Amino acid sequence: MNGDELRLAQRLLERATAAGADAEIEVAIDHNRLALTRFANSAIHQNVADDIVSLRVRVHREGRTASGSSTRVDDDGLQVLIDRVFAAVAVAPLDAGWPGLAPPAPTGPPAEVDPAAAGATPDARAAIVAAFVEASGGLETAGFCRTGHWSGAFVNSAGQEVTGERADVSVDGIARLDGADGVARAASGRLADLDGAVLGARAAAKARAGADAEELAPDRYEVVLEPTAVADVLQGLCWYGFNAKAVEERRSFVRLGDAQFDSAVTLVDDPAVRGDAYDAEGTPCRRTVLIEAGTSASLTHDRRTAAAAGAEPTGHSVGAPSFGGIATHVGLLPVERPGAIGSSEVDGPLVDAAAAELVATVERGILVTDLWYTRVLDPRTLAVTGLTRNGVWLIEHGEVVRPLRNFRFTQSYAQALTPGAVRGIGRFAHALPGDTYSAAMPRWTAPALHLASWNFTGGASG
Amino acid sequence: MGEGGRGDNEFEVAEAAVQAAIEAGARYADARVMLRRHESMSARNGEVEEVSQDEDAGVGVRALVGSGWGFYALPELSDAAARTAGRRATEVATASARVARRESGLIPAEAGTGSWASECQIDPLEVGLSDKGDLLVRATSTMREHGADIAEGTYQVWDTAKWLVSSEGHRIDQRIRECGAGIMATAIGDGETQRRSYPAARGQYGTRGWEMVEEIDLEAHAARVGSESRELLTAPPCPSGETTLILGAEQMALQIHESVGHAIELDRILGWEAAYAGTSWLDLAQLGSLQYGSELMNITIDPTIPGALGSFGFDDEGTPAAARDAVREGRWVGVLAGRDSAAVAGLDYAGSVRADGWARLPMVRMTNVGLEPGPHSLDEMIAATDDGIFMDTNRSWSIDDRRLNFQFGCEVGYEIKHGELGRLLRNPTYTGIGPQFWRSMDMLSSDIVAWGTPNCGKGQPGQVGHTGHPAAPARFRNVRVGVRA
Repeated sequence: MNGDELRLAQRLLERATAAGADAEIEVAIDHNRLALTRFANSAIHQNVADDIVSLRVRVHREGRTASGSSTRVDDDGLQVLIDRVFAAVAVAPLDAGWPGLAPPAPTGPPAEVDPAAAGATPDARAAIVAAFVEASGGLETAGFCRTGHWSGAFVNSAGQEVTGERADVSVDGIARLDGADGVARAASGRLADLDGAVLGARAAAKARAGADAEELAPDRYEVVLEPTAVADVLQGLCWYGFNAKAVEERRSFVRLGDAQFDSAVTLVDDPAVRGDAYDAEGTPCRRTVLIEAGTSASLTHDRRTAAAAGAEPTGHSVGAPSFGGIATHVGLLPVERPGAIGSSEVDGPLVDAAAAELVATVERGILVTDLWYTRVLDPRTLAVTGLTRNGVWLIEHGEVVRPLRNFRFTQSYAQALTPGAVRGIGRFAHALPGDTYSAAMPRWTAPALHLASWNFTGGASG
Repeated sequence: MGEGGRGDNEFEVAEAAVQAAIEAGARYADARVMLRRHESMSARNGEVEEVSQDEDAGVGVRALVGSGWGFYALPELSDAAARTAGRRATEVATASARVARRESGLIPAEAGTGSWASECQIDPLEVGLSDKGDLLVRATSTMREHGADIAEGTYQVWDTAKWLVSSEGHRIDQRIRECGAGIMATAIGDGETQRRSYPAARGQYGTRGWEMVEEIDLEAHAARVGSESRELLTAPPCPSGETTLILGAEQMALQIHESVGHAIELDRILGWEAAYAGTSWLDLAQLGSLQYGSELMNITIDPTIPGALGSFGFDDEGTPAAARDAVREGRWVGVLAGRDSAAVAGLDYAGSVRADGWARLPMVRMTNVGLEPGPHSLDEMIAATDDGIFMDTNRSWSIDDRRLNFQFGCEVGYEIKHGELGRLLRNPTYTGIGPQFWRSMDMLSSDIVAWGTPNCGKGQPGQVGHTGHPAAPARFRNVRVGVRA
């Protein structure tokens, strides 16, 4: 599939080189086929698909840099794009921080692409939605089923030439009952991995267990965060903490080599889980251990931050220097429990048997399904405010005893994971979809997480 | 096309898409052809960091089969591509019937034809890149010289031409040019950061030309912004407790956007966004009777405000722009609606549907949602306050999925003692419940500014909307402030 993209990239590079043989030039072609079937009030209400090839050219010439993109793939369109970028670079301000082009380097083994995921039809997505709705047992449901297929190519005038292809599928849905919501999410590269019925039943079990929720006074409580909530913590750590640009500018709390986290915490960004081959600058993606057994181990770099730090780029450019290198396939490693047996699915509001094992060790605390609308108050401390969502319960004497109404919290994510603060990590890691704003949807892999303290600062109802 | 006579081909493409959708079995279809240009530049610490010029073009088709909607988009403006997109949209709509909703449709609309263009004195894409770069370089250099550890500046320009055709006879073209800019200074202390920005962290934007950026005059404010960011590091923290709160106009724009604008979106009220953006605490049964805020609270939905970021001639369903009350003397009286959501709700008006480009489904979005002027001035509010806090310029924002419980942080706060502004305060935050908060508003300034928000996220796939918010300083009683980790 990506032979077409490679030929188009080569053709565009050839024309760009003809326009300026002295320039450093990079070309990226991305072909995305995205579809998202959205449901609410237990019916499909928005159902969309698109098939888009986009072209991006970046030129560095005489100390200046400019980039441009287009969706026109005909000869005229290519020339218009080239002319526009070369005209821009001629008058662009000087770019003193230009790090040079990515040198030739191979990508890792190609990702396996599931044909069923890559070629998913509207009927296939509707069938997954129908299963989710049916399994909710008559509860009101809402959510989406998304399928995506990307193929791309990157070439530059330094000789780098790489291609990639991936498919992804995800389901994110809630079930609702009398003001109580329960959620289930899953992401994969294979369509067959997504079972709408399992997810719908899980969401419904949470909603049923959340009925007649009561207020609990805000305070600091011990918590078990389910994987859906942990994913938000991982995102915060990656964007504001382990981003090399944030470290370079002293906005981050991360100090490489320091044991800043509990020794149970190992955090890895692994592009292979999503099938990413290279980043926006053509650097091959590589597995990056961010936290190794509690110690801050490495950062995510694009070429600019790597050059500034004297480090190697890690393949985390998102094509925007102002963001730096961003990890978008991060996983918190699950912790094996000797002697633990059984399947992951359990009855009731808990996401899996591992979460139940963590809950069993809590004398009094709170089970949190999801975190919502989280915003960083200060990146230096990673102090975050947000709300709980989609199911909160009181835990007493190792058991989930009653549903609670939502809380507002104001909590430093970094502080929540300091040495001694992590009381347990689940043994099942769930692959979860990120937001849907970009074609390259982030993927988080998270187990449940038992923390000593979480600062709830208010009730959502007032 | 409103300017220059272009557009015959684009109309033909849109018509072909609609015709193909109808021939494939749709009972209604519309198509949007768009050409979009976007230019942005960012500078950091006196150097340009990024210059990008992007252009895309395509057709997006929406089809209705039974009660099921489908949408398909292709980046090609040919007859063949348009027909493919039309057929595919109908196929997608047909699949929607597998999990069908009850019969619904669109409220009636006149088969509008028209042409509209936003006002633009200086074409922002014709201003030289070097001139624009020099502006950002100078402003960020000045901030650095005056105390900022990180000095950032940015501008963005959008130039969108779009053509709408529907199976009901709509044939509308528009050209909307938007631009804006902003600067931000960050000072880094021992274990914390402080930030000041101008005019706001996300900048100030409008449906205007480069004259808007010239009026903002970034350079004139750069030294102050840089020094204030440094000064905040040693300021005392905002105290915790309940107090009288005065908000500046920019923070009021955010307050309106989050706790009124999103709450009155009809798709949220109907549960269409339940799994993601959320629902609303508002119940349609209370439309016309619910007391949302104090009698000083008059909020309009008005896409006709010249130069405001949420302005247009027609929304993306072809409904002509018109002003409408959302809250009148504190009473909730109107919603942001589209033709389909209005039909479900039994309302007879629409006009607030837009799409983030040709590849995205049109959905209910804010236009310009903002306050009408009050009877006071900021000076009068401060003079009338014995003990309180003044906060301005948004730094963080978080609100629950029903748009009730919010916690907002500002860049800067000042003590108010005995009718006068006192000490600078760092990390000012406040929290509350929407209707309780708005009912506590007892003073409102007449000094309205139409703030532009260019980064409103909503929908799946995610869409970024541009919204406007006329806002003025206001005073609120018994507000909880100083929440911290």
